[in-house]
Amino acid sequence: MAFAPSNTPSAPPRPTEDIHLPDTARDLVKILVAGPFGVGKTTLIDSVSEIRPLHTEEPLSEASAEVDDLAGVRDKTTTTVAVDFGRISLPGGVVLYLFGTPGQERFRALWDDIAYGALGALVLVDSRRIDASFDVLGLVEETGLPYAVAFNAFPDAPRHHTEEQLRAALDLEACTPMVTCDAREADSSVDALLALVQHLIDRHAPEGR
Amino acid sequence: MTGRRGGRPLVPAYLSTGGVARPSRPHLERLSVLMGTRTPAPAGLPAAQLALLDALDEGSLTVVEAAALLRLPVSAVRVLAAELIDRELVQSRPPIPPAGRFDPDLLKRVADGLRALKHT
Repeated sequence: MAFAPSNTPSAPPRPTEDIHLPDTARDLVKILVAGPFGVGKTTLIDSVSEIRPLHTEEPLSEASAEVDDLAGVRDKTTTTVAVDFGRISLPGGVVLYLFGTPGQERFRALWDDIAYGALGALVLVDSRRIDASFDVLGLVEETGLPYAVAFNAFPDAPRHHTEEQLRAALDLEACTPMVTCDAREADSSVDALLALVQHLIDRHAPEGR
Repeated sequence: MTGRRGGRPLVPAYLSTGGVARPSRPHLERLSVLMGTRTPAPAGLPAAQLALLDALDEGSLTVVEAAALLRLPVSAVRVLAAELIDRELVQSRPPIPPAGRFDPDLLKRVADGLRALKHT
């Protein structure tokens, strides 16, 4: 499928692969980029991250806060999943981390650990297979994370859906932001993140504002 | 999220902590910041702890960045970092001040920062 990550002119420069925190880093916040496999989570993170996206290998067969005990070590079927993340240093000492988060129920313990302290979630949806995102939306809602939905604009995505149809198909509340983005384009990815952050601000605004 | 990339790490996760399963500190978050204290490492420090200490030589790292760098699960780095903190070789701080997550000013700074990103 011709949908590889592309270098866009607006992609931030990554002159160095030193991943140590800038001295200006003060407030570190995170947003989950959630969605099913192949929906473009890593592509979106890569398009805006100042470091090449990193990943950690996380064991799936145990509670997330613990390392296997010796009994677990002998279990050769222990599987790991790679969790990608990227980082954006913003003016004002804020460093925004984006965590690509798988949405299946079997990743629940890992999900809870990654979601701890997150500002919110950007749920990436492929409009060609909307039902693949149901699990993710369920997890986000169970966790109580505020979220926005971004349709990743795959070139062959159907264009005949109206916003109302998509909103109904995903069973979204009227106040949940829904945007379309091209995860390969930095500006487009930033717009999707902004839709989420604006939603977070609105939620905390006093009534009637 | 994608499949496994690269080869196996030199030290398997379950050996890196010397078999210790739970960190001695109750909560190091993924984004907790780890900083070396510039105290000389004592002789006989376990290799995995030494590797983490070395990684902090050139600057601060979050727990998750240290895990990616050392190719260890976050859970293992939590154990290693907690031991180094107990030895006063490493200091940590939370990602944001307590109760700061829903600070409207913080959210506004994130939004402003993202907007500024678009215009550069």
